[in-house]
Amino acid sequence: MKTVTADPKGVDSGPHFMDGDHALAEGALAAGCRFFAGYPITPSTETAERFAERAPEVGALFIQMEDELASIAALIGAAWAGQKCMTVTCGPGFSLMVENLGLAAMTETPMVIANVQRGGPSTGLPTLTAQQDMMQAKWGPHGDNAIIALSPDSPQECFDLTVEAFNLSEYYRVPVIILTDETVGHMHEKVVIPPADQIKVVPRNNYSGPKEDCRPYKFDSQGGHPMVRAGDGYNFHITGLTHNEKGYPVMTVEQSKKVVTHLMEKINGNADDIIRLDEDQVDGADVVVVSYGITSRIAVKAIQDARKEGIKVGSLRLITIWPFCEKRIREISAKVKAIVVPEINYGQMVLEVERSAAGRCKVISVNHCGGAVHDPQVILDAIRKAIQ
Amino acid sequence: MSTEIGKFKAGSPMSDTLRMDRMPHIWCPGCGIGSEVNSFADAVKRSGIDPKKLVVVSGIGCTGRVAGYVNFDSIHTTHGRAIPVATGVKLANPELTVVVFSGEGDLAGIGGNHLIHAARRNMDLVVICNNNFTYGMTGGQVTPTTPNSAVASTTPYGNYEYPFSLPFLVDAAGATYIARWTSMHSRNVTQSIEEALLRKGFSFIEIISPCPTLYLRRNRLGDGVDQLQNYQDNSILKHGCDTRETAIDYQGKIVIGKFVEKNKPTYLEGVDKCCVKLVGDDYQLYGKTIPEREAEEKAEKERIAARRAAMAAAEAQEQAVAAKPRKTSAPAVKKAPAMAAKTKFQSKVMPAKQALAGTKKAPAKAAAAPKAAKKVAAKAKAKPVKKAATKAVKKASAKKVAPKAPAKAAKKAASKGTVKTKAAPKKTRK
Amino acid sequence: MFFNDLKQTRGKIYISNDWCKGCGFCVQFCPKGVLDTSPEYNAKGYHPPYVKNPDACHDCMFCQMICPEFSIYVIKEEATNKGETNK
Repeated sequence: MKTVTADPKGVDSGPHFMDGDHALAEGALAAGCRFFAGYPITPSTETAERFAERAPEVGALFIQMEDELASIAALIGAAWAGQKCMTVTCGPGFSLMVENLGLAAMTETPMVIANVQRGGPSTGLPTLTAQQDMMQAKWGPHGDNAIIALSPDSPQECFDLTVEAFNLSEYYRVPVIILTDETVGHMHEKVVIPPADQIKVVPRNNYSGPKEDCRPYKFDSQGGHPMVRAGDGYNFHITGLTHNEKGYPVMTVEQSKKVVTHLMEKINGNADDIIRLDEDQVDGADVVVVSYGITSRIAVKAIQDARKEGIKVGSLRLITIWPFCEKRIREISAKVKAIVVPEINYGQMVLEVERSAAGRCKVISVNHCGGAVHDPQVILDAIRKAIQ
Repeated sequence: MSTEIGKFKAGSPMSDTLRMDRMPHIWCPGCGIGSEVNSFADAVKRSGIDPKKLVVVSGIGCTGRVAGYVNFDSIHTTHGRAIPVATGVKLANPELTVVVFSGEGDLAGIGGNHLIHAARRNMDLVVICNNNFTYGMTGGQVTPTTPNSAVASTTPYGNYEYPFSLPFLVDAAGATYIARWTSMHSRNVTQSIEEALLRKGFSFIEIISPCPTLYLRRNRLGDGVDQLQNYQDNSILKHGCDTRETAIDYQGKIVIGKFVEKNKPTYLEGVDKCCVKLVGDDYQLYGKTIPEREAEEKAEKERIAARRAAMAAAEAQEQAVAAKPRKTSAPAVKKAPAMAAKTKFQSKVMPAKQALAGTKKAPAKAAAAPKAAKKVAAKAKAKPVKKAATKAVKKASAKKVAPKAPAKAAKKAASKGTVKTKAAPKKTRK
Repeated sequence: MFFNDLKQTRGKIYISNDWCKGCGFCVQFCPKGVLDTSPEYNAKGYHPPYVKNPDACHDCMFCQMICPEFSIYVIKEEATNKGETNK
């Protein structure tokens, strides 16, 4: 992954006291995002507002579109016209974006979508936190496709992971979804933005070779292929139809095999390079708590109390949600008695953990119906029960 | 005697505008989309814009396949989302000329929300809407513009809804250039697209076109030829017409022409004005300051003007060659009477013209020569919109192009053919 | 006087039988009746047009503009000084 240093114009380096939403916008600007199309929705509007404030001085463009659908459609157009682009939304908005998320995955269009989750389903709990859209991020669009999803647990990580999200989306040419939640989004904390020369950014890699060899796609299950930019005279064609490497529609069974395999393996095949986890005392643990986002910070309290009681507890925080860290869970499940999965939903990522553990150890779901974070005591009880 | 396909492709004037490797295309016999693509290609050439800077975006549907067949940067988006994608392309690189080429179901049906908002923002886009009153790709369902009482696969007993009039819709939403033609008026379509490509702001061009396989078949309206004949008979040329009077009834009158052409700051001009006030002169967008962007724009305009001048010079030079008197000219040719046979033009329209002064509503048939159309427009009330339109018409009719109104030429052919009765479009072809 | 040194512009018509879908636009709306539907079939079973009287063509290009299949085009020929010969 070839990286350069960030464009200083977009980097407001130095310490800040900022909420997660604002950190998302700052992360985008630092990563070189200069086009943002958004639509207001609680609890993610602050990101759009921040980007709109900062756009004139950074030389970026913010547009509030008529709906979330139009926002992500505008991102697809902007990406193919050479801009790094981002939008931010929440449950209901993400549901509107899902079809074009599929188009972005199919046409291998780089973009970043932040989903600041709130209580669902439907209008649900607009101002309260939840983590109920984890599966929607991966399985939302129709048809087989693969995306990358990250989950920050603090405003500082909102900044860091947005830069990381842009780098992953530029390299693998895939939409990257940042799955945070209302608590992180609205929580003010210290955010240190490093100086521009310390921020590693993957630049947009536009094709500049001869016209005849220009292929918008290369179905080799790898990332790193150049994009083609509108206006450079390559007369590219991209379509949501199953297509060949030239982008022309080829609606046959064989072609679909090539395209779908490429789309899936490009991400799943490179999972080891993509996945980032945050582990603490997992080796030698009897029980491992697998968590992500705000829940992981609540679980810290339960883990500390459990360790005081002499229980050997490890913690595994998923920074990368999709692709899921199957291999790591498989290894852990062979060595521990149980895995405890607290999450603010009725049990979503726990299904992936169970699938990966495949019965080698107990998997206990500590689910929560949304609207608030867990009471650490509940997680502690689950850990205690796990080791009986 | 057909030309061998390889040589035909090479020699075809469309070879640089179409992706020849993808021909022949999927549209049905008699469909109007091909004619529109011809006009679009001609307009792109005549406008002199740099084809490298042209992006064509189309949605889903029969017309949605246009993006796949034209040899420009093109994006084939999801259903109804051509306009927002085009908005994204335009805003991400303001130097591009972005054309949305899609059907009325895609633009005004599922994509209606984006259509009115892009028009409201006066987003700098050219939207070409192929209106064939049906969702063709999926088998002929009713669309938001299907006339009342028309049969479609989802209104098998006649459409009981009331259609949009698209010019009225986008006019209300704020579009600054609105024109409607039929696919029969290929030169007018070419000129409208050319004007739209060269201007800034939201340009909306609606083109009524036949869908023989579905709309015409289900309503027993004959085939493409009959519908084109119907367009010829039923279209009324009214430049500057108030868009409130542009509704289309089932097989009824079709008001065509350039209805609205006005200037309004585009979305980006608004952004620039606001940001310069905010940040001062060193405001820049994507790394380019406004003076830099304006300089580039001016240079691009000059390049376009140069290309157009070159084309005009080439054309004039060709005419000069044609008109060069030959020394060994044949004996003086008996000056052929302008029109041998008494054509429909003379038999019907001419008397109407003579009686023009008295009559309130001149039968300004589309078949009337552009001069007649100009006179009608000039007679119309002097509303500001109307004045701008008549100026445009003078400009339009002043441009000497071989038989300018194809409808006129077609009229002569129709009168010469076996077409006897004017009534129902049931005509025997030659 | 003025008219007789103006020449009739002539056009040479090129047709691709393979692409034609027999919609009949060019035949019906050619102002000079240059084309006619040929009795032969093309590979898809349509009747493509053929040039019935080539001299009548005045290179108005309407057939090229209206053809939805891009399967006919006209190239301007050297102007001849023959009088009007349209039928």
